[in-house]
Amino acid sequence: MERLLVLPILIPFLTAVTSLLAWRWRWLQRVLGLIGAVALLLASMGLLESVRLYGIQVVQMGSWPAPFGITFVADLFGAMMVLVAGIIGLAVTVYSLVSMDAQRESFGYYPLLNLLLMGVCGAFLTGDIFNLYVWFEVMLIASFVLLVLGGERAQMEGGIKYVTLNLLSSALFLAAVGILYGLTGSLNMADLARRLPGLPSQGLVTASAMLFFVAFGIKSAVFPLFFWLPASYHTPPVAVSAIFSGLLTKVGVYAMIRVFTLMFVQDVGYTHSLILVISGITMLVGVLGAVAQNEFRRILSFHIISQIGYMTMGLGLFTPLALAGSIFYIVHHIIVKTNLFLVSGVARRVCGTYELKHLGGLYRSEPALAVLFLIPAFSLAGVPPLSGFFAKLILLKAGLETKQYAIVAVALVVGLLTLFSMAKIWNEAFWKAQPHGEPGADKELVHEPENLSPLNKGLYFAPILWLAAITVAIGLRAELFFDLASQAGQQLANPDIYIRAVLGGR
Amino acid sequence: MESTLAFVIGGLYAAGLYLMMRRSIIKLIIGLVLLGHAANLLIFTLGQLTRGAPPLVPPGTTAPTGDFANPLPQALILTAIVIGFGVQAFALVLVQRAVQSVGTDDLDQMKSTDR
Repeated sequence: MERLLVLPILIPFLTAVTSLLAWRWRWLQRVLGLIGAVALLLASMGLLESVRLYGIQVVQMGSWPAPFGITFVADLFGAMMVLVAGIIGLAVTVYSLVSMDAQRESFGYYPLLNLLLMGVCGAFLTGDIFNLYVWFEVMLIASFVLLVLGGERAQMEGGIKYVTLNLLSSALFLAAVGILYGLTGSLNMADLARRLPGLPSQGLVTASAMLFFVAFGIKSAVFPLFFWLPASYHTPPVAVSAIFSGLLTKVGVYAMIRVFTLMFVQDVGYTHSLILVISGITMLVGVLGAVAQNEFRRILSFHIISQIGYMTMGLGLFTPLALAGSIFYIVHHIIVKTNLFLVSGVARRVCGTYELKHLGGLYRSEPALAVLFLIPAFSLAGVPPLSGFFAKLILLKAGLETKQYAIVAVALVVGLLTLFSMAKIWNEAFWKAQPHGEPGADKELVHEPENLSPLNKGLYFAPILWLAAITVAIGLRAELFFDLASQAGQQLANPDIYIRAVLGGR
Repeated sequence: MESTLAFVIGGLYAAGLYLMMRRSIIKLIIGLVLLGHAANLLIFTLGQLTRGAPPLVPPGTTAPTGDFANPLPQALILTAIVIGFGVQAFALVLVQRAVQSVGTDDLDQMKSTDR
């Protein structure tokens, strides 16, 4: 059991190290990357299964008993997130095999991708707040390099904003950890959860909670801290955009949900109401920002922001059902959003651009792609029977149960606007005829279309098909997934289970 | 001692945030470095300052006796310094490459990806 818990961190680490050793042999790096991704997926499936069967899994590093050593914990929420990371890791690795250029591959793309996955899985599994900071940094450094690898001008400009704001968020995170340590003398999250309610200075606890909120808010791109995201996510190659859009902001959301369900539950009236208000504004601003955009990946980037609002909405409502809705939403969103980015990459290959103005005719030239676009697009907007419908349904039900009608109304309107945005992409990229004539002022943004060989096409379509199939499967077997999500929500709503699993009887 | 350090930390935060709001990206990076230092000093101060009492185990016993300094904040800070050093080295190279490819160090000129 214990080995299963460290495998999701160990596998990407070993893959990264071995592919660094194979620096000169690109084909070997690709093979290693593929093996690593499959192994990570299998390990994460095993982990989720064992958490489901035997309850929360705990490992104490170096056998130092908690709260003195570093603890790794997998509860249902964490294990589900690791599984999704495994699913996305495999999809993006396969997609990279065809889409990544030789130059980026020979400058360490695959090792970096695996280090990123290691950081993400580490953040999902750690039970120590300072260790969480370290995993965030591991993930950030890998993402910095992935973002600017290639050195194009747009990447540099986007990179500066991404790096600066994320480092600022890390500094705030560190300060918040410092304050918590000063208050309690502990860093183990379960131990913190036990000690915080007894402290005399609850005001300081709330202050540190707000510092965490800002730090994780920057990472997860909530209003008004999201400006780095639309400035940078459309600049790297599409495989990198896809894994960023799927996993990175969601690690921020995960950390926010973790600390605000486990540790900072003393002043729910203040903290969680604030989260709820911010969620509503995030949803609205993100979706309105998307309406103004005319570039495939930029539209999708703004939709990430509006969808983050739904995830934090469940946290703001703070009932077991709402938390289950959040978890369901995160899982659904990661799969769907990554898939949409992968589709945009194929459109870019076939038409030579991401600009909606110069895209067109994809329904005629690539009918299969058109169908595969519609599945995640409808799912994102929340059309039944796809995964997004059930995710939204749970959240709306939770909102109605707690009588928060304003946020329910916002969520419904944003769903409608999302559908409008997806219809815009559909009309421009797939439905209208391919425009002819000179690109004019957009010359830099329009490239030569490519003809894909059958093998390349297969490799492009396989990950898209795999993610679309998962979306449909979640929709069709929704009761199964809802069951899992509501169990995970129950665990989050009752932190005593987590605390007892980590600290035992002490 | 605590109050002196509190002012130092406050000053570092103020200076760091001020520099981050300047248009030059070099000053932006220096601002980030100062913020990192401020956070490290904050942890150090909050871990309680103890003068002249190293956390050493005297011979013949298994735990330090009497009053001793808390070694954990220093371990945390050491980790944070190492991470900060790596990140700052990367940020400096990024700044250099950005200045080369954009042709200016003025952040206001770097907005082609925002439109």
